[in-house]
Amino acid sequence: MPKKFIEDFVILENKRQTSEFVILTLQHPTNLPKIYPGQFAEIKVEGSPNTFLRRPLSIHDVDYQNNTIKLLVQEVGEGTRRLAAMKPGESLNLIYPLGTYYSLPSSNKVLLVGGGCGVAPLLFLGRFLHENGIKPRFLIGAKSSAQLVELDEYRKLGEVFITTEDGSAGTKGFVIHHPIMKTYKPDFDWIYTCGPEAMMKVIAKYALKRNLNCEVSLENMMACGIGACLCCITPTIEGNKCTCTDGPVFNSKYLKW
Amino acid sequence: MVDLSVNIGDLNLKNPVMTASGTFGYGVEYQDFIDINSLGGIIVKGTTGSPREGNPYPRMAETPQGMLNAVGLQNKGVDAFINEIWPKIRTFDTNIIVNVSGSTIEEYVETAEKLALVPDIVGIELNISCPNVKEGGMAFGTSCSSARQVTRAVRNVFPRHLMVKLSPNVTDIVEIAKEVEDAGADSISLVNTFLGMAIDAETRRPLLSTITGGLSGPCIKPIALRMVWQVADAVKVPVVGMGGISSASDAIEFLLAGASAIQVGTANFINPSISQEIVNGIADYLVRHNFNSVTELIGALELD
Ligand SMILES: Cc1cc2nc3c(=O)[nH]c(=O)nc-3n(C[C@H](O)[C@H](O)[C@H](O)COP(=O)(O)OP(=O)(O)OC[C@H]3O[C@@H](n4cnc5c(N)ncnc54)[C@H](O)[C@@H]3O)c2cc1C
Ligand SMILES: Cc1cc2nc3c(=O)[nH]c(=O)nc-3n(C[C@H](O)[C@H](O)[C@H](O)COP(=O)(O)O)c2cc1C
Ligand code: FES
Repeated sequence: MPKKFIEDFVILENKRQTSEFVILTLQHPTNLPKIYPGQFAEIKVEGSPNTFLRRPLSIHDVDYQNNTIKLLVQEVGEGTRRLAAMKPGESLNLIYPLGTYYSLPSSNKVLLVGGGCGVAPLLFLGRFLHENGIKPRFLIGAKSSAQLVELDEYRKLGEVFITTEDGSAGTKGFVIHHPIMKTYKPDFDWIYTCGPEAMMKVIAKYALKRNLNCEVSLENMMACGIGACLCCITPTIEGNKCTCTDGPVFNSKYLKW
Repeated sequence: MVDLSVNIGDLNLKNPVMTASGTFGYGVEYQDFIDINSLGGIIVKGTTGSPREGNPYPRMAETPQGMLNAVGLQNKGVDAFINEIWPKIRTFDTNIIVNVSGSTIEEYVETAEKLALVPDIVGIELNISCPNVKEGGMAFGTSCSSARQVTRAVRNVFPRHLMVKLSPNVTDIVEIAKEVEDAGADSISLVNTFLGMAIDAETRRPLLSTITGGLSGPCIKPIALRMVWQVADAVKVPVVGMGGISSASDAIEFLLAGASAIQVGTANFINPSISQEIVNGIADYLVRHNFNSVTELIGALELD
């Protein structure tokens, strides 16, 4: 297990993307430790009286040159609303880097499938794959075009496919309905996915049926984030495992889905 | 230099700060954040006779200033504890106490017997207060006769320190405390979690898979403090207090109420270095108030 840290970061920038998404850029005072795509941080939300526990958020992007990390925050409740309202100069306490990460593929034909705030780890993963000589393709699903964030960033790394439930952008429907899902081989044989559980389950079933490798990232409720409380478990073929330390990234074959 | 050491019966603690069962894993989970050896002791996760998978997800719900859990004693069982986990943690230079849970008196006894055979396990904490298992658990801690029976049965097979952990889900906790003292407990720890419940009004469903669960955190502190005060007043054996402790001053309040040592639970989740910070905070307090030893605080509540 790589070392975990508990440290204060300073907010450099809070950039609103859509009515429900912001991207926070956080500055670390010294050199960042190595962080891998799929890992997350447990964040102490100050100034939000009903947010008692820390909140788990994926590391959205890492810039080792400037010692900054980014978080993509979707406002769903009091804690995330408070985070989305944070101003440059304010500080934020993080326990990080936590959990398992996406593995490097043995093939260079990969598809990254994200939905909702589940797109958060995929930009960092895309960059990581790109740096390792693999050109990722992205398939991103949203309710409508208003929920799509940072498409230009993804396009710098690889081809981007879109689905929206209302048809306001890309193909109408869910990610599983996109035409690329019909051309898995030769187009891709590795899938990385993160997003709503219902979406990931569909993708995992799809992959299993076609014998494609599939890694999913779970978003279970967490109390400690470090494997101490056993609150975040998911059933696997080897019994209950902690999402925070044995996950959040699991090979879908391993899960009892 | 102030003296932070305390004795709980025959156990000598560097300081009165321990970590509560189920909130600190086996200690190793916290090694990146604190020096485990700086603590008075750690109580490891509830251990049962055979392995348990615990309750289904969701097992946790946040509440105002607290949380509900329904973990349900997920653990690998006493054999795996002794063979796989103990060798990795036994070298910590602190008191490691094994929390023992069960569904039947036989299970408690069998687990305690096996732990008794490992000579460097200094003590066990008998958990007769877990609200999250269908059978046993809290049931043993909520009636005087069963609390006495299980304590006596374990006392007969475990020769070293026997701490008994009480449930707050009773009408009169003092009665139960006296029973377990009488049955041979070397010390009494309290409180375990309060039985509670949370509902999602939007979906009209319970937030826990088990519907009810155990409430912990700052929201229980005033009740826990009152219970510790009542029990410490009524028994002769040392009392170990817990329930919502999140700062040095919280810890000192429990000592003043009569606890000889304290355990930090849920607060570890929010600040994994809190237990060590509490140790330092108690030392600062002693200096600030001109005490030489932390033992001067035990039961030193001023009443006039
Ligand atoms: C490993 C992991 C990575 C995540 N990454 C991101 C991310 O990059 N961006 C993002 O916006 N969100 C992410 N989430 C989800 C995020 O943690 C929750 O949306 C957030 O905790 C909600 O807090 P709140 O106070 O705003 O909402 P609340 O009002 O507390 O609850 C709203 C809903 O959020 C969910 N939730 C609440 N508390 C938790 C918790 N402790 N753990 C998990 N879910 C919870 C529940 O479904 C709840 O019904 C991630 C979750 C996990 C486990
Ligand atoms: C997630 C969780 C798991 C727990 N597991 C156990 C356990 O296995 N055995 C036990 O005796 N108490 C267990 N407890 C109870 C704590 O040890 C402690 O008594 C209680 O949480 C009150 O203290 P606190 O408010 O400081 O957390 C658990 C508590 C929590 C929150
Ligand atoms: S959140 Fe505590 S064990 Fe995973």
